[in-house]
Amino acid sequence: MKVRVEVMLRDGVFDPEGEAVRSALGNLGFDGVSGVRQGKVIEFDLQETDPERAKHTTREMCEKLLANTVIEQYRIDLV
Amino acid sequence: MRAAVIVFPGSNCDRDMAVAFREVTGADTTMVWHGESSLPDGIDIVGVPGGFSYGDYLRCGAIAANSPIARAIVDFAEAGGPVLGVCNGFQVLTETGLLPGALIRNAGIKFVCKTVGLKVGSTDSLFTSSYGQDETVQFPVAHHDGNYCAPGDLLDRLEDEGRVAFRYMDNPNGSDGDVAGVLSANRRVLGLMPHPERAVDELHGGTDGQRMFAGLAEALMTV
Repeated sequence: MKVRVEVMLRDGVFDPEGEAVRSALGNLGFDGVSGVRQGKVIEFDLQETDPERAKHTTREMCEKLLANTVIEQYRIDLV
Repeated sequence: MRAAVIVFPGSNCDRDMAVAFREVTGADTTMVWHGESSLPDGIDIVGVPGGFSYGDYLRCGAIAANSPIARAIVDFAEAGGPVLGVCNGFQVLTETGLLPGALIRNAGIKFVCKTVGLKVGSTDSLFTSSYGQDETVQFPVAHHDGNYCAPGDLLDRLEDEGRVAFRYMDNPNGSDGDVAGVLSANRRVLGLMPHPERAVDELHGGTDGQRMFAGLAEALMTV
């Protein structure tokens, strides 16, 4: 099963990189852009056929390593 | 005194920290590779050095915090052992959960490399007892991800408990509350972004870091 994890900074945590992207978009003439947030996507193949177990395992991975829940939130998609 | 300095792939201040321990305190200092699962016997203090452990992959300090030696460092600290984490070492210690909060990209995006003024926020620790309260010291900083993030009421709690060890005079990275270094609840773990080990010799351009190491040696030798 292919798993896709999206990790983003939590709402309210300032994202300086997102802000730099917004500013660069403005320089290119793309006005009216706001709230740019930059995150990361992690994909992997998991040897598991049960979606619930796959989600459970992936949640553990996120809590232990893939995300720092002090500042980040994550979303799990089974592809 | 016996010190252990941890070496991760990508550490680059490990030797500076070892030199500071040896030259300032005369400590018998052992370099410990990240793949080890235990610290040498009889260690009095562990130093987690600066650098870019594991290339800062995933998040600064995240992979190092899950390396074999990290478990041993956490056990050592939880048993009351003193741990000093500088720069990347601070990031590693927050990732292990030994220190609260997190370090994210500098608010101004840029890598910051310069000497900064710091105010001593608490003298109540092994690391800061030889400084004066609110004394100003100069340590170099060199980091891209030094923006200390203290969500919720964490900053208030740290302030109330006197656990902000150092504050920036002129905040270079956007850190909440100008926090440059924090202490653990038992005050025996210190993490800070500035580099005291790079301010222990006249040739470094400053010697304000000497007293941290000298104070540590004095405190740990008299136990």
